[in-house]
Amino acid sequence: MKLLEYQAKHLLKEYHVPIPEGFVVKGLSELNKVVQQLGGRCVVKAQILAGGRGKAGGVRLAGTLREAAAAAEDLLGKPLETYQTAGQGEMVNALLIEEQLSFLKELYFSVTYDRETQTPVMMLSAEGGVEIEEIAVKKTDSIRKVHVNPLTGIQEHHIRELYLSLGRGKEGYRAFTELVRNIYRLYMERDAAMVEINPLVLLPDDTFLALDAKMIIDDNALFRHGDLVEIRKVPDDEQQEVEAREKGLSFVKLDGDVACMVNGAGLAMATMDMIKHNGMEPANFLDIGGSSNPQKVIEALDIIMKNPRVKVIFINVFGGITRCDDVANGFKKALSRRSLEIPMVMRLTGTNEKEGRRILEEIGYEAFTDLKEAVARLKEVRNGIREGN
Amino acid sequence: MAIFVNRETKVIVQGITGRDGSFHTGKMLEYGTKIVGGVTPFKGGLEVEGVPVFNTVAEAVSRTGADTSIIYIPPAFAAGSVIEAVEAGIKNIVCITEGIPVTDMMTVAHYVRSKGARLFGPNCPGIITPGETKIGIMPGHIFSRGPVGVISRSGTLTYEVVHNLSSAGLGQSTVIGIGGDPIIGTKFVDCLEAFKEDSETKAVVLIGEIGGSDEEMAADYIKKHFSKPVAVFIAGKTAPKGKRMGHAGAIIHAGKGTAESKVALFREAGAVVVDLPVDIAAAVKAFF
Repeated sequence: MKLLEYQAKHLLKEYHVPIPEGFVVKGLSELNKVVQQLGGRCVVKAQILAGGRGKAGGVRLAGTLREAAAAAEDLLGKPLETYQTAGQGEMVNALLIEEQLSFLKELYFSVTYDRETQTPVMMLSAEGGVEIEEIAVKKTDSIRKVHVNPLTGIQEHHIRELYLSLGRGKEGYRAFTELVRNIYRLYMERDAAMVEINPLVLLPDDTFLALDAKMIIDDNALFRHGDLVEIRKVPDDEQQEVEAREKGLSFVKLDGDVACMVNGAGLAMATMDMIKHNGMEPANFLDIGGSSNPQKVIEALDIIMKNPRVKVIFINVFGGITRCDDVANGFKKALSRRSLEIPMVMRLTGTNEKEGRRILEEIGYEAFTDLKEAVARLKEVRNGIREGN
Repeated sequence: MAIFVNRETKVIVQGITGRDGSFHTGKMLEYGTKIVGGVTPFKGGLEVEGVPVFNTVAEAVSRTGADTSIIYIPPAFAAGSVIEAVEAGIKNIVCITEGIPVTDMMTVAHYVRSKGARLFGPNCPGIITPGETKIGIMPGHIFSRGPVGVISRSGTLTYEVVHNLSSAGLGQSTVIGIGGDPIIGTKFVDCLEAFKEDSETKAVVLIGEIGGSDEEMAADYIKKHFSKPVAVFIAGKTAPKGKRMGHAGAIIHAGKGTAESKVALFREAGAVVVDLPVDIAAAVKAFF
């Protein structure tokens, strides 16, 4: 789950990390008061989840109330297109109005996890700002990485090592130590998958401040962060995916017309690979997950059928913890509620296979055991459908 | 000979009274697995499928002498269950649970290793030595005994490949589902090291996925230290870049972890990489 900048900064503040003074504005009428409170000069920042906002004109400096109003009017209630929004643009429903600050230097700081070492990793670069992705690829040496053993936690020498890479004197060390400790604590306690402060700025008084903030919370940990679930903003293009996740399904919409329903992410990906290999295009990735629940099949069919481009459905289930009879029962129930107007090819094998087949027979369906045969049949069916129908 | 587990392995089931825990206890017993006990807090004294239930893992271990545990515990409590098992002296832990937070798993993975124990998973189908013991949720009837070791990041895709192998008369020595999460216990390389020493295993099948760098490390190990033939399938070649395909791990970063990079490294290491999972058996057959 991604947080908006102002939500992330709210968390930073909770953990005593310095941030600029600022206010969230959701309507133009609130602007006057807020800008006056900041003394007229301010920064107007569009609140969207996609990255690349600065380059796309989503962050504007304003010297007067009039300039701030013009910027706000320009951004609020309109979609903002960045290189990460894939053509559509993301609707700007809120602005963050912040004070303008002067600073000495822009840095980059982040905490995330390293799959290889299986530990949190902190990264610091003396060259922060919008070009950090390029720096990461071209000048890998300029980013200092420090791993933290999760059993012993963050230590003073971790912080010292980061700080020394900046090549600065002792003046700022105290403030830096406090900053890093607080962000690390936030990362662990709030189950962040990533906390990124870019830029982290160095102020004239040798203290540090988070000028921007990006945060991703581990979806698996949301059960213990109800406060964050409440403020969640779902990206426009992920509505269906989030809705699916709430039902225990993992769904990604794609561009083709062969809908898939598979148990297990690996088999689901391999099924998509097989569909493509046979000259067809998958309409989605859909993993109904492990564990048995007939209800999941019903909901999976509902989600699939929302896509008007779907011409044929392919169900591929290899039962392990998922039981074939549960899948067949779910399918039977779904059909009792809605008729299936498009063809379906099913492959069903594994745990409780016989029971599953018997249930399917009762409603006049049959299923393949072998995947290759099932895909061959799918190809036949798909090729039999005229384009444009 | 097989690796990690055999017919002597004494297993307890953590979460034995739940829907999945009880069902698969029955299936494992049916397969011949030595299930000696189960654990569910405050259900001590009950029996499930004739197996005694205890309140704690420590009690189960002292009463049964179990050395291995399989975990069917909801994600909020699963990490704690692994630690409980290690503290009770369990040496092999199979964690089936899907959806454990990453921060929990980082601590657990390091703790398990620091105590010299071994964790399989989480989010995995378990481990099976055909004809001897099945510690997991896989459908037992598709497995057959033979010379092929199988290691896989995915659950159901493992079944697909094993079904393919068995149908072609190619049995398996041990099949390990290492799990699809970003932080797991036993990795590809750990399994390759064990298969290297196992005289029964004559060839290895490795099923990888996009995302992460475990496959890259496995390719490097094969190149330098592994002389038995290896057949590889990497799932997710057609997955759109930047999209998450269910497994939290299957995220592609800036060219790293892509199917192309993994396939290229395995080929360079001398492994045979197939395009589709249903082509695995033919590739392995050519080894013999």
